[in-house]
Amino acid sequence: MSTLIDRTQVQRMTGAGAQLIEVLPAKEYAEDHLPGAVSHPLRQLEKEAGQIDRNRPIIVYCWDAG
Amino acid sequence: MGFENVHEYRAGKVDWLAAGLPTEGDNPTRPRAGDAARKDVPVCGLTDSLKDVRERAKAAGWEVAVVVDDRRVVLGLLRAKELDKDPSLSAAEAMRPAPSTFRPYVSIKEMADYMAEHDLESSPVTTSDGRLVGVILKSDAADLAAGCPDCVRKLI
Repeated sequence: MSTLIDRTQVQRMTGAGAQLIEVLPAKEYAEDHLPGAVSHPLRQLEKEAGQIDRNRPIIVYCWDAG
Repeated sequence: MGFENVHEYRAGKVDWLAAGLPTEGDNPTRPRAGDAARKDVPVCGLTDSLKDVRERAKAAGWEVAVVVDDRRVVLGLLRAKELDKDPSLSAAEAMRPAPSTFRPYVSIKEMADYMAEHDLESSPVTTSDGRLVGVILKSDAADLAAGCPDCVRKLI
């Protein structure tokens, strides 16, 4: 179960070492992404899960809440 | 997938961009509305006299002034037509309230095309909470867009 956070919390948590993951398609990630974010498109997330550090907080984001 | 300590930034990338925060990738190298917006546009409060605002704008070489509150949230616009109204009016009485505004992340080509299609000489650029970043001029948008043929992302 994930918790919802706002951009202020994103900034604080990434500053403290949280992993930032964009789940949009790779092309959209390439155009623009939050500083330090890595790309794990949603359709590939399960396959790429091993690349994510389970010992650090994880923040996921998409384009918007829609 | 068995992950714990997972957080969702549900407002997402559009919220981040709308707040004018920096990003990485290909788009940051292309000019956007926020880059082209002129930050020195004259601003005034609701109770300022139109006479004073007009004089200040003219002295600064502007034909537009933006009406803002004490947090720089845009409340209205005074373009040439509004600035030419009865000088005894207040900014609040003369202004065009709640103008259309654009976010800093909109590509410059998109801005140039929109302003040309809607014959907008100028337009405020604001953050997602309505605070003024600056005013973008149609001429500036057109000049920058001419030098950026691949600025095509559709965001408006």
